[in-house]
Amino acid sequence: MAEYASPNPSGNEAPGAQGQTAQQGEPALRLTGISKAFGAVQALRNVDFEVYSGEVVGLVGDNGAGKSTLIKAISGVNIPDSGQIFVGGKHATITKPADATNLGIETVYQDLALCDNLDVVANLFLGREERNVLIPVIARPLDEIDMERRASAVLKQLDVKIPSIRVPVAALSGGQRQSIAVAKTILRNAQVVLLDEPTAALGVAQTRQVLQMIRRLRDSGLAVVVISHNLADVFEVVDRVVVLRLGQRVATFDVRNTTPEQVVSAITGAEFGEIMKSDGAANGNASQENAK
Amino acid sequence: MTSQSSTESAPVAPTPAAAPPGPFEVLRKRLFQGDLGQLPVVLTLILIAIFFEITSKGIFFAPQNLSNLILQIATIGFLGLAAVLVLLIAEIDLSLAAVASLCGAVLVVLSATKGASPAVAIISAIVVGAVVGLVNGFFIAVLRVPSFIVTLAALIGYTGVLIHLLPNASIRLIDPFLSGIAANYLTFPWDVLLPVPLIALYVLMQLWTRIRRQRAGLSQAPLWEVGARAGAVVVVSVLALIVFESYRGIPFSTLILVTALLVFWLIMRFTAFGRHVYAVGGNAEAARRAGIGVVGIRVAVFTLASTLAAVGGVLAASRAISASAQINPTLLLDAIAAAVIGGVSLFGGRGSVWAVVLGSLIIGSLENGLDLLNQGTDVKLMVEGVVLLIAVTVDAITRRRNATGLR
Ligand SMILES: Nc1ncnc2c1ncn2[C@@H]1O[C@H](COP(=O)(O)OP(=O)(O)OP(=O)(O)O)[C@@H](O)[C@H]1O
Ligand SMILES: [Mg+2]
Repeated sequence: MAEYASPNPSGNEAPGAQGQTAQQGEPALRLTGISKAFGAVQALRNVDFEVYSGEVVGLVGDNGAGKSTLIKAISGVNIPDSGQIFVGGKHATITKPADATNLGIETVYQDLALCDNLDVVANLFLGREERNVLIPVIARPLDEIDMERRASAVLKQLDVKIPSIRVPVAALSGGQRQSIAVAKTILRNAQVVLLDEPTAALGVAQTRQVLQMIRRLRDSGLAVVVISHNLADVFEVVDRVVVLRLGQRVATFDVRNTTPEQVVSAITGAEFGEIMKSDGAANGNASQENAK
Repeated sequence: MTSQSSTESAPVAPTPAAAPPGPFEVLRKRLFQGDLGQLPVVLTLILIAIFFEITSKGIFFAPQNLSNLILQIATIGFLGLAAVLVLLIAEIDLSLAAVASLCGAVLVVLSATKGASPAVAIISAIVVGAVVGLVNGFFIAVLRVPSFIVTLAALIGYTGVLIHLLPNASIRLIDPFLSGIAANYLTFPWDVLLPVPLIALYVLMQLWTRIRRQRAGLSQAPLWEVGARAGAVVVVSVLALIVFESYRGIPFSTLILVTALLVFWLIMRFTAFGRHVYAVGGNAEAARRAGIGVVGIRVAVFTLASTLAAVGGVLAASRAISASAQINPTLLLDAIAAAVIGGVSLFGGRGSVWAVVLGSLIIGSLENGLDLLNQGTDVKLMVEGVVLLIAVTVDAITRRRNATGLR
């Protein structure tokens, strides 16, 4: 642990150097120097992170590396101890989930945040219900019809197949629930979508469907962050891979000229130095941070 | 935007273009799946009624007794409604009966010994209820003390306050208006005419929804279902009216209860607040992450619950024409049992406001019937304990079956 303990003061690789057209200008979301401790456990240490519009970033790392903690810091579920968050270049203060939502940041959590007792439409619009105006201010009943219409349209757009949008989500399969969670982000006009292990526990076909959904999000110009332990999935959809280890950002790769083995090495820290050296010597596609 | 035909929800239907199932098909399927809804509860109610009709030698169904039964359940109904709200957010309120008694005492003391006008007495009693609920809610929602403990402390504390308010154990209510709330009836022809516009409004609402859904290109419930639902509302209203009309008419306290049920049904079913209450009960963390103010919802629910309990207490005092330092020992149990028997889950997020009607009819019938048979509190408590246990067990089993069977 001590070898990686010294934080990288600047930590910024030049994004433009990677030749991604999507990465010009200000990132849709940028974090600097994020730290978070749970008692004695230092879950995040001075982490920098950025994602651009129209880009999918894969966030990888071993169990307990701090991936979920980083996501929760962005989405307002946990407040980081230190560090700054910039959304669209502007400094942002996020202290509760509603703050993140108002900034256009939507999250699909590892522990799916759906209400099992509510139906699909109610879950899709939870906290953002559409309402009619019967009497201004006093009587504003839910506009179930418009919500149902929009829900149908979004599920169709994402090609999600469920028995009925009026069944409680408790009755849906894991993949269907995951799809609902993703569809929710679209309905809310998100600019940045964070997905924590969206394909864990999914079958082959359903994984395919979720990955396709992620591509659609990117193609519609959103900034997408995906956490996954499945490198095959990661390599299929992401543009960049950011590696966390023991709460620190240790490497960044451009997937177009990276092999899964290189990423695995960065995750585990095995032969770390050699990989870094070979990376640096071979093509310079990876910038390794915090390494001594 | 979407231009599908009205009968299918094209983007999400797995069995496209299949004809919608007819009434008998739906019934058979539901029977087969054991999804009987309220049917077992209704059958239980009928069995209980028949049992007491026979054992009481025909007194149970006598018009005066039925009217009496309905007066009895006005208080249970209000406390039951309060229990429903609290159970929906997966909490419990053990102080409901104590708060009701306390607020009844406030009413009587203000009116009888302080000479306050009926309006002032009623408003004060209800405000006391609201404040009590607000305090409960603060400890439960803001400080996150378990509701079980907070409301147990409230139960003990307010019982003490009650005894303090009524050192002579009881005070009589003299004001004719206040005692008239429970003793007066809405009589013919008004009691018969009253439901007509309400039912007409309900049917119009259903039709308007159909038209709007059609315009939006959404799937429609089959017409027979709409007809069946409207028919059920009419049948229940007519049956109730026959019962009321056979005695003096609709008791005012019943009218107040039904109004409260309607208002809370509208709130819980058609407003964002109601939706959020269900969300908090279903998954509080998911609700929080969706940006819902969970703390505010919890405080509001406990405040509303105690306020409803206060109204129940006012009705009880009016009916007893007095306030007593002795809290009705079965009232709390009755309220929670009414909610659970009516299908409200103890685990939160499931059940409807209307649960109170069936639940309190069953509880009220048991109490009334046992009274007719001259049974004391001992037998009543034993019977109600068993009934509550059965209802809770059914709830727990249903929940487990849903959890394992559905996912
Ligand atoms: N609420 C919490 N309280 C205490 N410790 C926590 C909490 N949340 C996370 N941690 C700790 O912080 C560290 C990082 O956890 P985190 O959940 O971010 O890991 P992760 O990278 O998402 O792992 P996984 O791949 O298993 O999901 C772990 O050591 C974990 O035990
Ligand atoms: Mg995680």
